[in-house]
Amino acid sequence: MLKAAGPDTVMVVPACCTSVIQGIYPNTAFNVPVYNIAFGAAAACASGMSNAFRAAGKKTNVIVYAGDGGTLDIGIQAMSGAFERGTDFLYICYDNEAYGNTGMQRSGGTPMGAKTTTTPTGKTDAKKDIDMIIAAHDPPYMATACAAYPQDIFKKVQKALTFRGPTFIHILAPCPPGWRYPTEKSVEMGKLAVKSGMWVLYEREYGKVTIGPQSKAAMKRPLPLEEYLSPQGRFKGIEPKIVEILKQRIAKNYQRLAAEEEASA
Amino acid sequence: MKKIATGNKAVAEAVKQANPGVVAAYPITPQTEIVEQIAEFVSGGLMPSRYIAVESEHSAMAACIGASITGVRTFTATSSHGLLYMHEMTNWAAGARLPIVMANVNRSLGPGWNIWAEHTDALQERDTGWLQVYVSTVQEAYDAILMAFRIAENNNVLLPVMVNLDGFLLSHIMQPVDTVELGDFIPAIHLPHAIDPKHPAGYGTLTGPDQQFKFRWDIERSMRDSVKVIEETEKDFAKRFNRKYGFTEDYLCEDADVIVIALGTLGKEAEVAVDILRKEGIKAGSMRIRWLRPFPKLNLKGKDVVVIDRDYSFGFGGIVASEIKAKTGISLYSVIAGIGGQEVTYDDIAGFVRTRRIGEELWFGVNAHV
Amino acid sequence: MFEIRIHSRGGQGGVTAARLLAMAALHDGKYATACPFYGAERRGAPIVSFVRIDDKPIKVYSQIRQPDMVVVLDTSVMDTVDVLHGLKKGGRIFINSAGKREFTGFECRNVDLTGIALRENLVVSGSPILNTPVLGALASMGIITAESGKKAIREMFSDERNVKAADAAYKEMSA
Repeated sequence: MLKAAGPDTVMVVPACCTSVIQGIYPNTAFNVPVYNIAFGAAAACASGMSNAFRAAGKKTNVIVYAGDGGTLDIGIQAMSGAFERGTDFLYICYDNEAYGNTGMQRSGGTPMGAKTTTTPTGKTDAKKDIDMIIAAHDPPYMATACAAYPQDIFKKVQKALTFRGPTFIHILAPCPPGWRYPTEKSVEMGKLAVKSGMWVLYEREYGKVTIGPQSKAAMKRPLPLEEYLSPQGRFKGIEPKIVEILKQRIAKNYQRLAAEEEASA
Repeated sequence: MKKIATGNKAVAEAVKQANPGVVAAYPITPQTEIVEQIAEFVSGGLMPSRYIAVESEHSAMAACIGASITGVRTFTATSSHGLLYMHEMTNWAAGARLPIVMANVNRSLGPGWNIWAEHTDALQERDTGWLQVYVSTVQEAYDAILMAFRIAENNNVLLPVMVNLDGFLLSHIMQPVDTVELGDFIPAIHLPHAIDPKHPAGYGTLTGPDQQFKFRWDIERSMRDSVKVIEETEKDFAKRFNRKYGFTEDYLCEDADVIVIALGTLGKEAEVAVDILRKEGIKAGSMRIRWLRPFPKLNLKGKDVVVIDRDYSFGFGGIVASEIKAKTGISLYSVIAGIGGQEVTYDDIAGFVRTRRIGEELWFGVNAHV
Repeated sequence: MFEIRIHSRGGQGGVTAARLLAMAALHDGKYATACPFYGAERRGAPIVSFVRIDDKPIKVYSQIRQPDMVVVLDTSVMDTVDVLHGLKKGGRIFINSAGKREFTGFECRNVDLTGIALRENLVVSGSPILNTPVLGALASMGIITAESGKKAIREMFSDERNVKAADAAYKEMSA
């Protein structure tokens, strides 16, 4: 991802797993400056940074790298504000569908039926569709991506940075300890999410929707959802009626996106 | 040039002259006129700054932090609930050693929606690492903003500065203000730790128990060093512009038997009370505390002291009185007056002095002595 | 110190009158402060604003309780507000009114500012402007000099009709 952005880049990171993996002071694991900021403040901080760089005539990329908690929940106000103000930045949300740093509590990104430490019998509410919320801000470019397809991420980051104004990339990031599956199955889990339709890859460029080839294929021949759910400990013992609701949501989501794609073609 | 301006307009004028790269702010009564005026300056081309109209005060301070770390001069303004909404980020700004300047228009806190003057908002921020100065005239508000940038950005300080002015009493009063030709009074900003993609570094990374205290101590060291910087800045200001300021403004204190201490406009009104008391043969003086952080050295030995707090710490006492007691070890008469804009006149202040009971606390209006 | 309380209705320009008066006093070489009293202000509701003028810096922020002078821009506020409240013994009153009024123990002057504003076509959104002509009236009463009054008006308003109206009020009062 940082390769795609190039060296003239600053990353803004709120409290999330990335605040931990950078290493402990005075070390840093990244080859661009990383500015750590409080949980709910990343987009606002980046907004100030971007404005200051642009005022100084600098083209430095400002990239927020935040989790689902920092994006869908505590950071949503600052994010919405930064998008509405047309901030020239890229906001990347890597979504592992729970608060990972604190040990897997439910977030707005947790899907219905998933067990977390604060939903021990499974979440009863649906996953918040942050992409629809972002789309309502009408940014020039936004996309979904999945950690199982790194080339796709690379391309989308590169593409996002060619736009002026706010851009958004939402990455599904399978999380072995949180989702409760063996680490070596991470890529497979990401692919299963796409193939089952729980995650849809698409781009929205100036309002024009393009569904990614992997999701196009999945829409034609969807993998039974159970094949995605059963390897994950978080969905163990999920009630059949919840599975049914999830299936309905997948179908509805496919329908909506396909219609949007057609309408904007 | 002398003109008539409100406290808010004077603040905006000073900010225009200091010419920050970025202003990020959210409107709140009674601060609104500051941000409206700055937005007008910016959109009218009179101020080359970027004005970020953020969606909240939390974001205002976060945006100031993001802008400041790139090395540009940064300003915001708020009041009351806005300041408290920023609280997480005010800590961050000081911890990140960013010389952000803020005007805070002191206002009461809800509930009871009350938009009038009180100091509890700023005093709840006193442990954040911000320097705090309280002003008492429109002229002083203008002057203090100019000095705040120079003090904050001094590389021996590198801490944010909050300039406090009383809601309505000062923010909306119209008084003469003499604007200055700034010249090189505020040197160009140079932030030694400004973010630079050519020299990647991690900012505010995970910091262990073996390191954090060193950063905290460094804030305190700079806070102590700021005393000299404040003195130098005020001295140079006086030399250039002929207006003198200090950590306190003392009025007839030297030979006084009893000294009234207050912040802001109450500290000015107290001088009128002193004149009345002197006529009655009571040797009174007034000491208006200007800088609350860093806290001034106070020489109060052998004097009766009456402290008026327009604020309170529940379960403890008037905040300024408590701080003075803790720093000087003296016993004093603590008066809680002016809460939520409660009217306090020079006659009232003279009355506090006449009927003082050292060692006790008075809630004005309630007339409860404790 | 000379303390003035101005009575008007929200939207009539009482606050601006206070500001102009302070500016004029400043031009006279004096110190001055002006401030509105902030309550629940609504357009049309009776409001007060204050002006203090002195030869030395003014340190008082509390409200004026015993004014030396009361200015009434709209006589209708007198139905609900005791405009003489606290006025010092022998204190001065100026009333925007065509008819002469007497108040025992006080010196009361009047001129028809509304009529002057209408004559000078000094009307904004259907309301006659009172805050500039009142400076002429107060100059005639010696509170400020006529020159400083005009200077203050010109600093705030480019429309010369404001100055003409102030002049007219001054002349009518001084006649």
